[in-house]
Amino acid sequence: MANDTTAVDERPPGRPVRRLENVVVRFAGDSGDGMQLTGDRFTLASAVFGNDLVTFPNFPAEIRAPAGTLAGVSSFQVHFSDYDIHTPGDAPNVLVAMNPAALRANIDDLAPGSTVIVNSDAFEERNLHKAGYETNPLEDGSLEAYQVYPVPMTSLTVEVAKDVGAKPREAERSKNFFALGLVSWMYSRPIEPTVAWNEEKFGKNRTVAESNLAALKAGWNFGETAEVFAARFEVEPAHLAAGEYRSINGNTATAYGIITAGQLAGIPVFLASYPITPASDILHELARHKNFGVRTMQAEDEIAAAGAALGAAFGGHLAVTTTSGPGLDLKSETLGLAVQLEMPLLVVDVQRGGPSTGLPTKTEQADLLAAMFGRHGESPIPVVAARTPGDCFSAVIEAARIAVEHMTPVIFLTDGYLANGSEPWMIPDPEEFEPFPVSFATEPNGPDGSFLPYLRDDRLVRPWGLPGTAGLEHRIGGLEHEDVTGNVSYVPENHDYMIRIRAAKIERIADDIPLVEVEGDPDADILVVGWGSTYGAIKAGLTQAREEGVQSAQVHLRHLNPFPSNLAEVLERYEVVLVPEMNTGQLASLLRSRFLVDARTLSKMQGVPFTAGEIASEVEKLAKERP
Amino acid sequence: MTEATKESTALTRKDFQTDQEVRWCPGCGDYTILASVQNFLVEAGAQPEKTVFISGIGCSSRFPYYMNTYGMHGIHGRAPAIATGLAAARPDLDVWVITGDGDALSIGGNHFIHALRRNVDLKILLFNNQIYGLTKGQYSPTSEEGKVTKSTPFGSIDHPFNPISLALGAEATFVARTLDSDRPHTAEVLRAAHAHRGAAFVEIWQNCNVFNDKAFELVTGKATRDQNQIRLRPGEPLRFGPENEKGIVFTSHGRAEIVVVAEVGQDAIAVHDAHRDDPSLAFSLSRLSSGPYGPTPIGIFRQVERPTYDEQMAQQLAAAQERGGPGDLAALYRTGGTWTVEA
Repeated sequence: MANDTTAVDERPPGRPVRRLENVVVRFAGDSGDGMQLTGDRFTLASAVFGNDLVTFPNFPAEIRAPAGTLAGVSSFQVHFSDYDIHTPGDAPNVLVAMNPAALRANIDDLAPGSTVIVNSDAFEERNLHKAGYETNPLEDGSLEAYQVYPVPMTSLTVEVAKDVGAKPREAERSKNFFALGLVSWMYSRPIEPTVAWNEEKFGKNRTVAESNLAALKAGWNFGETAEVFAARFEVEPAHLAAGEYRSINGNTATAYGIITAGQLAGIPVFLASYPITPASDILHELARHKNFGVRTMQAEDEIAAAGAALGAAFGGHLAVTTTSGPGLDLKSETLGLAVQLEMPLLVVDVQRGGPSTGLPTKTEQADLLAAMFGRHGESPIPVVAARTPGDCFSAVIEAARIAVEHMTPVIFLTDGYLANGSEPWMIPDPEEFEPFPVSFATEPNGPDGSFLPYLRDDRLVRPWGLPGTAGLEHRIGGLEHEDVTGNVSYVPENHDYMIRIRAAKIERIADDIPLVEVEGDPDADILVVGWGSTYGAIKAGLTQAREEGVQSAQVHLRHLNPFPSNLAEVLERYEVVLVPEMNTGQLASLLRSRFLVDARTLSKMQGVPFTAGEIASEVEKLAKERP
Repeated sequence: MTEATKESTALTRKDFQTDQEVRWCPGCGDYTILASVQNFLVEAGAQPEKTVFISGIGCSSRFPYYMNTYGMHGIHGRAPAIATGLAAARPDLDVWVITGDGDALSIGGNHFIHALRRNVDLKILLFNNQIYGLTKGQYSPTSEEGKVTKSTPFGSIDHPFNPISLALGAEATFVARTLDSDRPHTAEVLRAAHAHRGAAFVEIWQNCNVFNDKAFELVTGKATRDQNQIRLRPGEPLRFGPENEKGIVFTSHGRAEIVVVAEVGQDAIAVHDAHRDDPSLAFSLSRLSSGPYGPTPIGIFRQVERPTYDEQMAQQLAAAQERGGPGDLAALYRTGGTWTVEA
């Protein structure tokens, strides 16, 4: 067991209770077994209990891959603790495996001595065969390194559900509630929130609601009475900053951020999107909140989504389109037009494994260079990235602010891990946000009473004049045009000038964004630079390295274009710069070309986030290599 | 957003013209269409500040630069998508899409049919010249089979779209065809399109005198037009010909057929009804010709009412606000359960 800090604490009448600092539980089963739901409920109970937590849902792209196969295994990992944590945990302390495939797909991630709870009913010949087991691992001794608890979850569930009138096949489906009840007992999690949720969600279907409830209680009681488990465990509430919290995932935080950005800008939100994993939930969430004046449109394709959003921007709305990698490719032409028009357009790219369809449900950070350069012609676009699920909220507000204040498209990057992973989020006070009200042009700005759509202010930003405003009628377009008037121009020097002025406008955004802050040891020689969802793994990894006596510092970039103005100076202070990325070194190549710094890359492209241990060992290795 | 206060009745065509030099080839049909549209906007009392022209790419798509209204010259094929966003966000505007046969039917085919099916309040003017002009003369999706062009030296093997059939197939609520050279008819069709609430599709046969000259001659030329123009007039029998001697009947299968009136009798001739909700007969009429190769219906094929996309979007917003009150961020953040950590 992880971090067992106290001796056995005998508390009658139950089993001995051990206190732990942190635990990582992974629920794994068939994609139809309800593992995501089980994990979600366990997470919420832990959150309500006051633990800090980070989750990592991991599921196949197929909605229902063939039952019992490795391809169909879906899992949900939750890391909960009595202190501030930043990753979903490197290795599970407990694996709940609902069938042989779930066991086989996950067992290698466990350290020896970890706990494995299996649904022994599922370990019959057919399932074993589907999972590729020639012998039953519960009987052949192959699991000797682990503490294995076979529990006949299916039959016990069917037994109790029978009493509430459920037929066996229906009843079987409640077995995830049995698992949830059992693990809740093991870790002294409250089941009340789940009981209330079950009633709310399934209350109308009495048999389902009552089977679930019966299975949940049976799981709890099994732990309590079956004398199988030697002890149960407690993880005390974490010492989080005082305040009101909720659990939030990155997509929800992004959606809330977009709604909030519209309010802060004082203009209505218009979202046009095409369904794509793992970004669709942002569209779903925003579609529910029409009372905020949010317009949502499910477009016919990714291109139309970008186009419709751009049209709404012309009409004075906070225009947003959400997508993932393949959709970003399709939006690049519209992004180029938005660059040429100098029109605010927020593109949210929830990155996933690529190229092409790649790994739709798995995470990756390989769209950075596409966001930077993935358009023909000179078309600079600001890029902003979120670091944690909760950070998606404020980072997307920042991206929207840059878009409307600087009249430019902005690409906001999150990824599959941030999108679906969740963490406690201290609920902000809307009164404390800094508003950035948009002021549209209302009067002609030309000498002869004309409107000059490309007459720039001192930040090189052009006015936003809206259709409907008398006296400001003007035309904009994708053809190169003169500065100031916007009239089409093919004059060679003009094109050169316009490319430079559009680029200078984006560069000047650096004056309007915060400086980077360095975390970690002030005297370190090693700097780890990250961006996006690697924040937690890097932070936790450097803490681990510190425990091994290796000092290091951390910079995590929210603004990737332009970079914060002190970045060059910060990079110069360190002898070694390491950039861990879930790509082959995209940020590293930007840093190298921009700052002539010998940035080293730590790559991982496995569809799962870095573990803290991977970061720590790389930093320790670098420290050893140094003279 | 400033409400217009100007008296618009005082405007002239000049008020809709820009100071930009019009750069279509001399003799291009686009000049006539530009004049027709500008004159129509004067006649309709349109307010320049409320009027927006969105275009894609191609010769016709230069149109917004010449209109002293709001305008956007967009990207190839995407004008209906851009215009959909604008019209849905701003139902107070008069949004027009200017497109061509390559722009709307080839690269932008998807956006075109979806704008029509959604019934967004847009007026789509498709200048059909059956050729790619701006790229100097490749065949287009409305070019006839066998068309010899630079990209089809042995003749095109593409079967062309019939734009009217396509629009009707997409269940467009307003579908019409007019001719660049017939300014009174263009004005009449524009008037009806402008008055229509929802997506109005107008195909304008437009002569490209450089790359596809006289493509429509059989239907528009003086010598043959009486034989080949079937004028669709609401409430009137579908008759045509130099002596009005021919007419249209619908067979029992719903197919439109050209007959000699004297042979079948006046009572057998179909009476044109664009307001019929079922699009089948309008579709049959559109099948009478696949292009300017014989007797071809000119006019309004279909004109029916259906709730518009922008209207319904606005209604959903209003209903949500009525139900839930204006949005409350503090409450939004708390959906789904919260807990408190004490100090």
